[in-house]
Amino acid sequence: MDTVIEFIKAFVVGGLICVIGQILIDKTQLTPARILVTFVVSGVVLQFFGIYEPLVSFAGAGATVPLTGFGYNLCKGAYRAVAEKGLLGAFTGGLTAAAGGVCAAIVFGFLVAVVFRSKSKT
Amino acid sequence: MKHEMTNKEYGEYVKKKTPNSTILKNCVKAFLIGGLICAIGEGFITLYKAIGLDEESAATFESITLVFLGALLTGLDIYPKIAKHAGAGTVVPITGFANSVVSPALEAKTEGMVLGTGAKIFTIAGPVILYGALASWVAGLIYWVTSMI
Repeated sequence: MDTVIEFIKAFVVGGLICVIGQILIDKTQLTPARILVTFVVSGVVLQFFGIYEPLVSFAGAGATVPLTGFGYNLCKGAYRAVAEKGLLGAFTGGLTAAAGGVCAAIVFGFLVAVVFRSKSKT
Repeated sequence: MKHEMTNKEYGEYVKKKTPNSTILKNCVKAFLIGGLICAIGEGFITLYKAIGLDEESAATFESITLVFLGALLTGLDIYPKIAKHAGAGTVVPITGFANSVVSPALEAKTEGMVLGTGAKIFTIAGPVILYGALASWVAGLIYWVTSMI
């Protein structure tokens, strides 16, 4: 069953990337916000060195769902756009590739904030 | 209820109290929940490809779906409850990004739609987008320079 193997690979690789985040939280006291920033930039850097693409081919969503995948997407978009449009691509490529996720976060984030009430911190 | 602890029991008790085992436990939970979220993402990709989307569109729609679910579950106060146990397992996936957009926006609702929700919605997403875009610009620039040589 190929599909089952794909799911297992996504589960294991995605889980391991989260474990790296957990170790960072427990050992360094990094706040979740810094974890997110660190992971996105790491994704860009890893893709810059061509390391992340093989992981995506191997694990699919296991590599793209963690925030490192967001960075991977930004970097891949910038590369592709530079190849097409030169210097202009460095400005347009990253955000273009990430636009779907970012706009979804804005739209759904806004709608949820409008519809729901804060359950306030406990 | 009083009974002497055997050495083994004591060893286990001490182990339970030491930070390292806490970290191990946290890591197992992060692994299981984070892995599960990624497996669900894989499920959406499979589904979207099955209804005829190409690889890239399927992946983008999968991200959008997970962002939607992360935002909705945060609004319903379910995501924070999972996050209490899962730690990085709920922070690192893109659903955690959605959560980081919704929670400050919700909390700031009383401060108004512009400077409350409007500004605070980017409290965490802002830095993520800033440094992500900046890094991708640098990567693109270096790629452009090296492709000229």
